[in-house]
Amino acid sequence: MAAPIVIVGAGQAAASLVARHVALESSQPLLLLGEESHPPYQRPPLSKKYLLGQLERERLFIRPRDWYADNGIEIRYDTRVDEIRPDAGEVVTAAGESIAYDKLVLCTGAHARALPGSLGGDLDGVHRVRTIDDIDRITPEFRAGRKLLIVGGGYIGLEAAASARTLGLEVCVIEMTERIMQRVAAAETSDYFRQLHSSHGVDLREATALKKLHAANGRVSAAEFDSGERIDVDLVLVGIGAAPNVDLAAAAGLDCDNGIAVDAQCRTSDANIYAAGDCASFVRNGARVRLESVQNAADQGDLVARVLAGEDATYDALPWFWSDQYDCRLQIVGLNQGFDRTVRRATDERCVSIWYYADARLLAIDAMNDPKAYAFGRIIIEAGKHPPAEQIADPATDLKAIAKS
Amino acid sequence: MAKVTWKLADGSEISAEVKDGLNLMEAATANNVPHIEGECGGCLSCATCHVFVDTEWYDRTGEVDEIEDTMLEMTDVEREDNSRLSCQIVASPELDGLILYVPEPE
Repeated sequence: MAAPIVIVGAGQAAASLVARHVALESSQPLLLLGEESHPPYQRPPLSKKYLLGQLERERLFIRPRDWYADNGIEIRYDTRVDEIRPDAGEVVTAAGESIAYDKLVLCTGAHARALPGSLGGDLDGVHRVRTIDDIDRITPEFRAGRKLLIVGGGYIGLEAAASARTLGLEVCVIEMTERIMQRVAAAETSDYFRQLHSSHGVDLREATALKKLHAANGRVSAAEFDSGERIDVDLVLVGIGAAPNVDLAAAAGLDCDNGIAVDAQCRTSDANIYAAGDCASFVRNGARVRLESVQNAADQGDLVARVLAGEDATYDALPWFWSDQYDCRLQIVGLNQGFDRTVRRATDERCVSIWYYADARLLAIDAMNDPKAYAFGRIIIEAGKHPPAEQIADPATDLKAIAKS
Repeated sequence: MAKVTWKLADGSEISAEVKDGLNLMEAATANNVPHIEGECGGCLSCATCHVFVDTEWYDRTGEVDEIEDTMLEMTDVEREDNSRLSCQIVASPELDGLILYVPEPE
């Protein structure tokens, strides 16, 4: 029997690849190897509805557990791949089993950066937010009145802060850089979310670094900041970004550059090996980028299935993203990298959108509680239109008219 | 439970018994209904679960709120009066027999 397509990693990219593979009625066998005990699942709800207890675990699964076997897909759980042997066309699992592949797809994702042990990152009561199992460890600790420190003011930290406040915890968020969301958004967007969290009672400290976590009876009990200030804490969530899982690829000699380097068809430097999702970096507008988003993982996984089925497809999908915090919905379309100015559009205090421009070119939009700015903005960007910034800033401007013109 | 039927552009159809409380995007993807992607997991950010509801059934599928109404502007296939995002339709006994038409992108 011919060797299968082997997918390493069972996240969003793998799920979309498999779904497209099934939809294309491809006859090639496919084997999915996942390190966790769960079928591919949605990560976005982990820090939100799942953490809040509003979504049962089965509904996180992108396809029901039985779906894979029902559709002729072999999925192996708790299976870690330790080595790729490109010359032999096989991977070796942690259990020592060699598995031959016809084509290999690396959907290895990213891992949450850990707080170093020297700062107290290994103490009991210090958590990260990446997997179902992470959340299942946090849930029993999330009780009203407890003091939570969140290290890192990015999406994960801020979403977790919102969930924690909703459940009645006392929340302090520290961000090392001068403002929350600095890596991903303009100052105006940071301003909006600073105000949002402050109004919900979060103690938000920017330009504040963690010096050390202190323990009592083996469990985290206090946090000391670089200012010398010390606060009592009952538990800590670490949300200081993610790093791509490239060790397997690098050890196999594949080109890596802020992720596993792929071409427009998600092919790595080895023609038989592909990579998709958080672990992969690709060239967009002349620069190599790596995105951590459902859209990117889903669209790249989908693309790889098409390419493996013989389609001459390339990856040029428009990035989009969302985040829910309290009753605020942030929706983003486009990539803001390279922006040199922003325009703020406010239809009222809550409905605000930030439009990113490079010269007169519209690059991206952050829309807060403004689905119209997101939806029509997306149509405008997809159509390659560049409405003047002054026109956008005027709340009386009809975005639909621009989008549909 | 509700028996739901998705009718495709090529004249074929897919039927499934859907558990109460599941939304019809989840039901569609679990049953391999083509062109229903549901990338955002049902949080009204992607508009990839667009369906046309059989007009006999439309009123029973619930109200279209402002966010859904806006997201329907960015569907692949142009919206019609009976358009819904299927992640916003939740299965219940009242929907037993529901018929949905699946738009076919060009």
